[in-house]
Order: sequence, then structure tokens, then C-alpha cells
Amino acid sequence: MERHFDTELDDLKRGVIEMGTLVERAIARSIEALKARKAELARGVIEDDHVIDELDLHIDDKCIDLIARFQPMAKDLRLITTGMKINAELERIADLAVDIAQRTLELVDMPLLKPLIDIPKLTAVAQSMIGKAIESFVKEDAGLARTVVLTDPEADRLRNEIQRELIDDYMVKDGSTAPRAVQLLLIARFLERICDHATNIAENVIYMVEAEVVKHHPEKLTGD
Amino acid sequence: MSKIITKNLDLWYGSFQALKSVNAAFEANRITAMIGPSGCGKSTLLRVFNRMNDLIDGVRIGGEALIDDLDILAPGTDLVALRKKVGMVFQRPNPFPLSIYENIVFGVRIRGARVSCGDLDAIVESSLRGVLLWDELKDSLRSSALRLSLEKQQRLCIARLLAVKPDVLLMDEPCSALDPQATARIEELMRELKRNYTIVIVTHNMQQAARVSDDTGFMLLGELVEFDRTDRLFASPRDKRTEDYITGRYG
Repeated sequence: MERHFDTELDDLKRGVIEMGTLVERAIARSIEALKARKAELARGVIEDDHVIDELDLHIDDKCIDLIARFQPMAKDLRLITTGMKINAELERIADLAVDIAQRTLELVDMPLLKPLIDIPKLTAVAQSMIGKAIESFVKEDAGLARTVVLTDPEADRLRNEIQRELIDDYMVKDGSTAPRAVQLLLIARFLERICDHATNIAENVIYMVEAEVVKHHPEKLTGD
Repeated sequence: MSKIITKNLDLWYGSFQALKSVNAAFEANRITAMIGPSGCGKSTLLRVFNRMNDLIDGVRIGGEALIDDLDILAPGTDLVALRKKVGMVFQRPNPFPLSIYENIVFGVRIRGARVSCGDLDAIVESSLRGVLLWDELKDSLRSSALRLSLEKQQRLCIARLLAVKPDVLLMDEPCSALDPQATARIEELMRELKRNYTIVIVTHNMQQAARVSDDTGFMLLGELVEFDRTDRLFASPRDKRTEDYITGRYG
């Protein structure tokens, strides 16, 4: 049976896709600003964050409205509550993109510490995780969501590698590198947090699709 | 503890099978809601528990229905005792055209037992207190029950059941004739009553089932498709037919 409610749920999904697109763009721009040392681009990320904040409020309103008017049950209810949680995770990711942009503004006037290799790699992992997490929500694909969750250790590994290199190869050997190294350490930390938020999104999608709570239960991810 | 248990319960109206091998356990001091589309068998199941279906020509029943471990379908079951133990509330309140007082003591009087006036007064007071009506009606006990609002009539009908000290209250769409505020008050009353009674409610209103019940059964075409804790059934139903029904996709 065709339901008007499905049209409303499609609207919600479109809102989350739009939010995801804006967030991915914010990350891409903040890292591009870092790589290309473009202060203007970094400032643009900070200035545009209000657009994401407004969309965040709009999606929350939409979810509350759907719950109030339609009193959804079962999978419909899980889709809306998951939509709200994903929305909150995406908004936090956007704030981390702003944090990266702010660190970048600190770095652009200082000499380059080292060529950026692992930070772009970690960025690629983060962007892939967010993209797949959003896609898994839209397509209601728990299998794809599981691959996102299982990618998180790779993000942790890259972050640790960046941290080790910056501390051991730069800060310990030459204390004068610390002001720049600390900024890069923070950026790596922000990227790793972004991956954690993408993981949260994917865990919520698994609950939405399968009614199975995998958050805090890693053994349920692989069926071990 | 299970108050009511059905085992492979079948019921036919002539050649039409209205219940198909229903297996369920209704827990004591909990509210169990039965939901499902019209004609799914939920009211028929309810009427098995006080043998109301016996009044319909051509009914045949198979399997077992146990209340407190006794098979109420067994030949020789004392139907008067059963219906005293298992009271029923209907869609529309059906007070007798008598005073409030006489409505409540009606069941006690027809049992034929000699009860003193003082005892009757005490029964009226405790029954009306049980449905939270005593303070409002204590000064108008001799007024006609038919002058009460529909909600109060429904409460009075529940008080009339409480007077004969049942264990189980069956409620067949008890709020369908009531407005939302009156419905909310009856639901509050149900929560009070479950401390002392086992309640089974049939309702078309899924939000009501979700709000008020502890357990829910979903029936379709005479079959009990799913029976689970209410929070689980409405958030994560296991059967696709349940999912389709509660999300409005059925049909």
C-alpha cells in the first residue's frame, strides 16, 4: 500500500544526504586549505558552518514533527530516531572540520614542517567512511554499514602512526618544531574523531535495519 | 506467572475457522493488548476466556484454555463461577437502568448469598474507590446510572465487575466510545487495576496498545502471528506481517 508517510521519510533522507554532502565538503575544504596553505579557504569553512547548523535544526524539527504527527512504529520509528542521531553526528563532524580549519589558520604563516602524507591518507579514510555511512543509511544497507565500522581500526592505526612520527621524529629531536607539530597532532586527532562519528552513524544504521544494537557490542559485528 | 494459557486453541463458527492453533500465555498483573485488523479473531479469543462464545450457535472449540491451570473448556466447568472470576467490559458502557448503587450490587444480589446492608455498602464503596469514582459519586448513589457521562458509565461498569471480585478483566475496545481525555483516564485506571487484576484488552487503537499494555499479541486471519513485550513488538517486530500492520502497510 502506498503511504503518504513514505514521501515524508524520503524528505528526511534527502535532508540527511544534503547534510552529509555539506559535511564532506567542509572536510575536503579544510584539508585542502591545510595542504595548499590557503587561509581564505580555511576561513570559508568556518564562515559556512552556520549553513550546516541551520540544516541540523531543520532536520531535528522534521524528525520531531514526523514523530508527533504520524506516531511511527517499528522500522519507521527506527528510521526517524536514527535520522536524528545521524544528524547530530554529522553536525559534530562539521564542527571538527571547523576545528581543522582553525588549526590550519595557525599553520599557514609558519614554515612547512614536513610534506603531508599520512594526514591526506587519514582524510581519505574519513571521507570514505562518511560517504559509505550515509549511503548505508539511504539504502538501508546494514552490510555496507558493517564495513564502515570495521574500517575504524585503520583510522586509529594511521592516527597513531602520525602521532609517533610527529613526536619521535620532530618534537623530541627538535623542540622548536613543537608549535607546528602540535597543530598537526590536533588535526590528526580531529580526523580520527571524525572516523569515530562515522562509525557511530554506521552502528545506528545497523540498528535501524536489523533492530540489532552493535554499539558497545563489537562481537555482534562479525557474528563471533 | 501465567494466569491464562492457550494451547493449540482452535475455534470454528460453522465452517469458518476464526482461531487457528493459538498458543499464548497471559501473565498475571500485567496488561496484555491484542491487536489486529477487523475479523482477525482477537475478540473471539477474548470471549473464549469467559466462554461467551458458547452463546453463539454452531461454535466448535478445540485445544485448551487454562486459567490458573484449570481447563475452562472442560465439560462441567461452572460458567457462573467462571464469569464471576473473569469479568468483561464492552465497547459501549452498558449500565443497567438502575441506580448507581443497584448497578454495583447487582452481581452480588443475583448470586443469592445473604449479604447485610452494611456489607453491600462496603462493597459499593470499595468498588467505586477501585475505579476512582467514590469521591465524586458517594453523595449520588441513588441517582440513575444512565445520567452519568459515558466515561463514568464505563468506570461504573468496571466497578460492577470489581464488586464480584474477579481475577481477570477482559476489555473489548473499552475506550472506542470515549473522547481522548476520557480515554486517558480509563487508561490510567487500567494501570491502577493491574496491581490486583490480570487485564486483557482488545483494541484497534495501536497507540493505545503501545501506551497502556505490557505485552502485545498481533493476530491475523485467526492466527497469533507474534506475541512479545510491547516495547519490543512496536520497536522491533520479528514478523514482517506485524511490521506491515503496525506501520500501516497492511492491506
